[in-house]
Amino acid sequence: MREPIRFAERSVQALEDARLREVLRRAMEDLRRKWSRGASELPYFGVLRDQAKQIKAHTLLHLDAYLEQLEARITARGGVVHWARNGEEACRLVVGICQEVGARRVVKSKSMVTEEIELNRALERAGIQVIETDLGEFVVQLDGDRPSHLIAPIIHKRREDVAELFSRHLGTPVDAPVEVLTRAARSHLRQAFLTAEVGVTGANFLVAETGSVVLVENEGNARLVTTLPRVHIAVTGIEKVIPRLQDLAVFLPVLVRSATGQKLSSYVSVLSGPRRGEPNGPEAFHLVLIDNRRTEILRDPELREALQCLRCGACLNACPVYERVGGHTYGWVYAGPIGAVITPLLLGPKASFELPYASTLCGACREVCPVRIDIPRLLVSLRERMVASGSVTPLERWLMRGLGWALQSSVRYRWASRLGRIVQSLMWGEGPIRWLPGPLRSWTRKRDFPRLAPQTFRERWRKRSWTPGQRS
Amino acid sequence: MDQTWQVERPARVALFVTCLVDQFFPEVGEATVKVLERVGVQVEFPEEQTCCGQVLLNDGFREEAAALARHFVEVFEPYEAVVAPSGSCVAAVREFYPQLLRGTALEGQTQQVAHRTYELGEFLVRVLGVTRLGARLCGRVTYHPSCHLLRGLGTGACAERLIRNVEGVEFVPLRRPEACCGFGGIFSVKFGAVSEAMLEDKLADLGATGADVVVGTDVSCLMHLRGALQRRASPVRTLHLAELLAMESE
Repeated sequence: MREPIRFAERSVQALEDARLREVLRRAMEDLRRKWSRGASELPYFGVLRDQAKQIKAHTLLHLDAYLEQLEARITARGGVVHWARNGEEACRLVVGICQEVGARRVVKSKSMVTEEIELNRALERAGIQVIETDLGEFVVQLDGDRPSHLIAPIIHKRREDVAELFSRHLGTPVDAPVEVLTRAARSHLRQAFLTAEVGVTGANFLVAETGSVVLVENEGNARLVTTLPRVHIAVTGIEKVIPRLQDLAVFLPVLVRSATGQKLSSYVSVLSGPRRGEPNGPEAFHLVLIDNRRTEILRDPELREALQCLRCGACLNACPVYERVGGHTYGWVYAGPIGAVITPLLLGPKASFELPYASTLCGACREVCPVRIDIPRLLVSLRERMVASGSVTPLERWLMRGLGWALQSSVRYRWASRLGRIVQSLMWGEGPIRWLPGPLRSWTRKRDFPRLAPQTFRERWRKRSWTPGQRS
Repeated sequence: MDQTWQVERPARVALFVTCLVDQFFPEVGEATVKVLERVGVQVEFPEEQTCCGQVLLNDGFREEAAALARHFVEVFEPYEAVVAPSGSCVAAVREFYPQLLRGTALEGQTQQVAHRTYELGEFLVRVLGVTRLGARLCGRVTYHPSCHLLRGLGTGACAERLIRNVEGVEFVPLRRPEACCGFGGIFSVKFGAVSEAMLEDKLADLGATGADVVVGTDVSCLMHLRGALQRRASPVRTLHLAELLAMESE
């Protein structure tokens, strides 16, 4: 059984890291500015987002048909489609393919799903070397760290941190500027690209109509991963499918502008099977489609929307909570508002009961989501399930039920309000409320709690209404 | 900005004062009544009212929240308009009540009540078409729109317009008005440290404007800000929109 993710505890630790807070504050500000620019340049950005949402919702409702179409097209082009019920099966499949072709080295481009299923660990256990080729993921791997953002895995690191890391591993000067660092990574990775037998990627989209895998990137590493090695394995979740190639006209601008504010990423690869007479490209192509609880989510009309996510990271950049605590605080692969939704869905309520509450429901995420996922509503739905499944502490349950009971009648409400005033004067006298008991105490560490007024509004209103002429 | 909702101007409205105003800030309720009466609207106060149930709803206690929604709809159903000095309570009524009571006997009434429940600033500007209340306050004033007003109802601009039109006000905007203050109800208790960090940034933004007064549309955000300002013995005052608009020319 997985240890529960203690978001509150972890956030306290993250907040104590002044360096991290500064790094995040600057990075998020920059990413938000890019989002605003990208969004404002396109007058019909909102319409595109509506369309993106509609296409995703439609596809999810007919997912079975589109997946079968995808499989048929890929098979017809000489590719192989594999279905994995969970991460373990998927890892076994990928390791199996690698062993079959005698691979000893695998190059990878950035993929969240392979983080989700812990593919690198499975490959390494089988004695296969894995090299991450996305610059951020390369740094993460070199440092034995974890990505902290969907599209910017080392957003929590400064240039100096990377320089120090590279000086230890790649022999660059400790004070090397960015150009020197990227050049060092590039020459290190070049060797890997040329010698790896297998390239593993994720997928931003799968096009059912043409049987294509679409990869969106800025560094060109995914293109090398999919063209230099003999075998290309794409590993992704079943929700990534879209119906037609022309849908990319909607999804590409929506995804890229939401992620980085660019008009288009430097590279967009549309890969449709292995090489057939062309001078380059892989000899074999495999697509591993992972369920890993996704059909369970699909069956749930209230939560299905979560599967529309494009993994663009816009909700992380907009989120005031993410900005303060960073991605590692969310305790698993997916961070930020959408992580607070996806993690409980994939790991179950026991492992992540604090996550759905880690939001003020301020709605900033909903405002920027390229497919208009109503994340606050999903978070509330998950909270309802936490209550229904008994994952809430007895104290909270008792307090909330009691509050609900008291507020249901104006008579009980008035009694509760009188009782509150008696408690207030017994505990705090006439002064400001500078401490609260038990689980409420964190409120008063740096703020005073407001005092109940000597007279409620309704008491004042009654007096007023007795004054003739003031109220008819 | 000048667009108004296509609704008839109600002569008489019910005040939903909200539980926080009723219990902690009755002066905000009185100011709301004063402002509404000044523009010629007759105010009634249905005494059976309690709380919109937002805190229960947001915490996942759906059944309990639905019971409060039913109570609210029953109490306010007879009135042609309901006005509340709170963006977040109105957002709960308008956004969530129809979902909460879907498929129940009250479904129809719920939708109607949801449609005619307004936040104060929105009611003044969009329903009555009033943007100038003849209020007066000398000083630098900034405005923190609550998240539910800004992104839930989408009517954050109404209050700002009313504030800017107050005589004597030197309006100084926050650098990031849209940023959440970190209250979030139960959030501020469950994740006190994160909430504090958000609040600190909001206070820094507030401090940088040099404002003497911060105006808000929700006492929830205001009590959060005030709680910290008071602890720091800051001279900056918090004012609810209704209190500002009720200030008469001297």
